[in-house]
Amino acid sequence: MNAPPAGSLEPEPGKKIHLALVGSPNSGKTTLFNALTGLSAKTGNYPGVTVDRRRGLMKHPIGDRDVLISDLPGSYSLHAISEDEAVTSKVLKGELDGGKPDGIVFVADATTLQRSLPMLADILRQGIPTLLVLTMVDELKARGGDLDLFRLQGELGIPLVGVVGNKGLGIDDLRVRLSDPKSWTTACAVPEPNTEARFAWADTLIEKVERHPVSASTLTQRIDAVLLHPVAGLVVFLLFIATFFQAIFTWAAPAMDLFSGWMDLMADYVSANLPASMLTDLLADGIIRGVGAVVVFVPQIALLFGLIFLFEASGYMARAAFVVDRVMGWAGLEGRCFISLLSSYACAVPGIMATRSIPSPRDRLATILVAPFATCSARLPVYALLISAFLPNTKILGPFTVQGLTLMGLYLLGGFSAILFAALFKRGLLKGASLPFYLELPPYRFPSLTSVMLQVWRRLKVFLKDAGSVILAGSVVIWFLLNFPKADIPEGMAEGPAHQVQVEQSYAADLGRAMEPLFEPLGFDWKINIGLVGSFAARELMVSTLAVVYAYDPNASIDPETGEPDDEFVGLRQILTTPDPKTGVAPMDFPTAIALLLYFVYALLCLSTVAVIKRETGGWKWPIFMIAYMGVLAWVAGFVGYRLAGGG
Amino acid sequence: MSGPNPPLTLADLPRVLVARVSHVEDDCVICERLRELGFCPGTEVRFERQAPFHGPMIVQLRGYRLSLRPSEARRVFITPLGGSLLP
Repeated sequence: MNAPPAGSLEPEPGKKIHLALVGSPNSGKTTLFNALTGLSAKTGNYPGVTVDRRRGLMKHPIGDRDVLISDLPGSYSLHAISEDEAVTSKVLKGELDGGKPDGIVFVADATTLQRSLPMLADILRQGIPTLLVLTMVDELKARGGDLDLFRLQGELGIPLVGVVGNKGLGIDDLRVRLSDPKSWTTACAVPEPNTEARFAWADTLIEKVERHPVSASTLTQRIDAVLLHPVAGLVVFLLFIATFFQAIFTWAAPAMDLFSGWMDLMADYVSANLPASMLTDLLADGIIRGVGAVVVFVPQIALLFGLIFLFEASGYMARAAFVVDRVMGWAGLEGRCFISLLSSYACAVPGIMATRSIPSPRDRLATILVAPFATCSARLPVYALLISAFLPNTKILGPFTVQGLTLMGLYLLGGFSAILFAALFKRGLLKGASLPFYLELPPYRFPSLTSVMLQVWRRLKVFLKDAGSVILAGSVVIWFLLNFPKADIPEGMAEGPAHQVQVEQSYAADLGRAMEPLFEPLGFDWKINIGLVGSFAARELMVSTLAVVYAYDPNASIDPETGEPDDEFVGLRQILTTPDPKTGVAPMDFPTAIALLLYFVYALLCLSTVAVIKRETGGWKWPIFMIAYMGVLAWVAGFVGYRLAGGG
Repeated sequence: MSGPNPPLTLADLPRVLVARVSHVEDDCVICERLRELGFCPGTEVRFERQAPFHGPMIVQLRGYRLSLRPSEARRVFITPLGGSLLP
């Protein structure tokens, strides 16, 4: 994951032109990058630094040399105060990206030029050919602003191109200029490097070139009067959250069902059509179902990132961060952290990836440390199975049932625990001076849909690579543990009981029995422990692992009315609650179910999350710490729940 | 209250509405960043709104809008311009 990018994206001196895209957040840099590079761009990490590294080849280069563009993290200054920000100056010095870039493309929003020019002064001191791109020139005009661009170019001495990134205007002209950085003229006069001199220089320049100042966006003012209102703003924010959840859980459901249906069909097809052998078994039950567990999440995660990027590009995310900043501030975090926590409700992997937008390393780490508490959708199948099996569906409190309220309670418990532990970490472990909280409120803008879709596509690729490889490996290991060593199955034994014999003396069973002393106080027997082992690959594999362990065969129980196989849940639910005819004890009882539910609220049971934490924090220290503290917490919560529910 | 009034900071901007930055505290990481964001001596800042319960406030400066918390705002010292609501 920190591997060097594909050879085609390495700058080679003399063969490729390497350009660095620099600019402040909200300058339209991302849209411009997407318009220039399209699908060729790759997202990765800078070695040792967890900041997005986006690089791509310019589409339709002019001349015979390729133009490689690196999109550097949006930043207000070259004077880095965090490791993440230091990337920009390191790349410009040639310390990170294989040599100094051949040219710097400085992107500035034409409507806030007065703010961006001081940073340009620092850029000009780097001694690298620089080109200034002014974005949003259409908006400048629409809001009554007028800049003398010829004069600006003359005063600066460097080439200047005006573009409208989301409409593609000016891009062709820009591509011609980008293909030949050697032809760029150099800057006339560069101010002293101290802050005040740079701002004075910027003010003088603006005085010379501004024919008419830009007026505030009236549309933005009108929208903000509602969205930032103490009451109305909060209502809109809650509606926004509700829509968000509705989208990732309800709207994504049909596509997710479709994907999981395809995966089942594929696994069934493989088992039915290939000769029965171990390899077929591995392919059908290990590999295809393992990959399926990841692919199922693709629609949901695409929707999640689509919404996040859409809200970010339109300008609402900054407002939402402003509205919740007070609550997040109590937890020692800032408004931006809530976006990551919200994403974690779909899946902690994209949630943790989204922490990259948090400028403070401490806040970012605190958010990563608690993100897995957010009730991700992989917990839902486990919750649904246990709740429907062990809690009554009786109505209390009007239309609400015990089952529904329990589910809601588990979701709230996850969110509440995340905030609480973030507060504890920030007051203890991660104490110290933090970065200032500041957030620019850009005017509302119509996002470029192509740009948003390209960003979603890049995130999906990273998710599939990260989560895919880990879950695939995990499910193959579990398949192996359950199927070896091979048991002596008596001739003519039915498939179900034969399977049970196999499971009982497999490595997985040994492992489950070895875990019994640890989990016995929570009421878990070795079979449930195997389920826990399964959930290490991915939480939702708990259900399918339990199905294997309890030898539940969905095809064996045919619904007498429809002639269709039963729902997996119905069958497994019956097995879990029906007493064994010999011993009179059901596989699971109410206190055990409560303990298991609470265990799932807190435990870090997901290898993909562990892998992504390792990558984002740059080592094993934090993932191991998280497995430990969440494991202890889960055990204690499970134990308390077990005792309170009358177990033991 | 006796003695001279304490100097005004950006955290007092809601009462003052419009002001000029007089200086920013020295030697702290946050302060250097505040200067980079445009809080240089002489810069005009305009109050826009503040979130309830002493939440973050939104100010306008150098043609853009910035949200920051009172804890950061206290490091920027200001002199009020016309329209002051101070007694």
